[in-house]
Amino acid sequence: MNYAWNWGVLFQSPYLGWLGQGIAMTLAVSVAAWVIALSLGTLIGVFHSGASGVVRLATGSYINLFRNVPLLLQMFLWFFVVPELLPKAAGIWLKRELPHPEVVTAIVALGLFTASRVAVQVAAGIAAVSRGQSMAARASGLSTIQAYRFVLLPQAFRIVIPPMTSEFLTIFKNSSIALTIGVYELTAQTQQIQSFTYQGFEAFTAATVVYMTIALMVTTLMTVIERKVSIPGRTARG
Amino acid sequence: MSGFDISVILDALPLLAKGLGLSLGLTAIAMIGGLALGLVIAIVRLSRFRVLALLAALYVNGFRAVPLILVIFWFYFLVPLLLGRPVGALYSVLIAFVMFEGAYYSEIIRAGLKSVRPGQWQAAQASGMTYLQAVRLVVLPQALRKMAPLMVTQGVVLFQDTSLVYVVSLHDFMTSASIVANTQNRIVELYVFAALVYLALCTAGGTLAQRLSSDRQRAH
Repeated sequence: MNYAWNWGVLFQSPYLGWLGQGIAMTLAVSVAAWVIALSLGTLIGVFHSGASGVVRLATGSYINLFRNVPLLLQMFLWFFVVPELLPKAAGIWLKRELPHPEVVTAIVALGLFTASRVAVQVAAGIAAVSRGQSMAARASGLSTIQAYRFVLLPQAFRIVIPPMTSEFLTIFKNSSIALTIGVYELTAQTQQIQSFTYQGFEAFTAATVVYMTIALMVTTLMTVIERKVSIPGRTARG
Repeated sequence: MSGFDISVILDALPLLAKGLGLSLGLTAIAMIGGLALGLVIAIVRLSRFRVLALLAALYVNGFRAVPLILVIFWFYFLVPLLLGRPVGALYSVLIAFVMFEGAYYSEIIRAGLKSVRPGQWQAAQASGMTYLQAVRLVVLPQALRKMAPLMVTQGVVLFQDTSLVYVVSLHDFMTSASIVANTQNRIVELYVFAALVYLALCTAGGTLAQRLSSDRQRAH
């Protein structure tokens, strides 16, 4: 292999700064999108598990639609197509006035996409809580909302911590797709370092190490949370 | 913008069909290659060879920790360098996809192999089979039925992921739609059409996975 390694390039100005900005952007986009995904996904999951008829059709359609179109295309749809379909004034506002339109769009697109995946997990978690729990909640006089709030969701969330961990990890990886609409997150910055310096492998190695570190930290954090909140005698792990 | 112009899509159909062909071809090769590689990795991880099993685990967890786009970039620059000559984006991408999918498929296969009851392993060993014979003749046939729905689901994810070759300008379905959208200045039509095609194909795949999984439940 004929390649002149030069790890020093990573610590030179401005490349070190680019890496730092990339990491910050990846973390910001992912965490902001996760807030949307977790709240909206929980809401959709609850309605999907409890409702029937029109509501279930609506939640089912949301899940189906957002899971079956590539995230890259979803980003393009939100970024290029939606401003064209809105009333003129709103479209122009989105394109011209909104600060950092590409970052906001990426967060929204990634959040709505991941919400469909979170919804599936939450619905599965609620289904896994034994039926007696829901009956007992109603029998002791709790309203439907109270039953979900105090009995079903606290148990369902514990059950789905492992698959939820994997969705949380995936959102950091998926945030790299934001580079296609011009967000300078970690992968985009390393690609930029490659085209400026031709020292691509050093930059890609740095990005790989950062993504692995994020994965390790998230996994450790979630294991700690799982252990903290586990109900004695009733764990998800077989 | 003025109305939804369907003629742009009709004119572009040959180009889009060619793109879809590449997307489907890439999916098929990555799936077959990924399954083969995944099977080897899963068998190594469950074997008695500690060091090899550890290396296989590192491989799987390494690939699963990084975004596919980064893997595509890695191989796009690495493959020509290793071979000492330019090979074109397609080959680099194919290798990247097979290596990446191998990690994901190995997890599905490993879970499938582990789901077969220990008595089956013991019986196979007791009847004098080697580890590989036990896998091939006893455990894998049973595990395959459990894995089939997950494999199809992963295939649907993979098909969607092939759109990421956009970053190295390979003309798959997504990239072709994007090219027509920009040259004809018909962004809305092309992206909405592309979304509908992906939606239809992936929904069909999802339905197949569901049917496989309910068939399995009935068989038990």
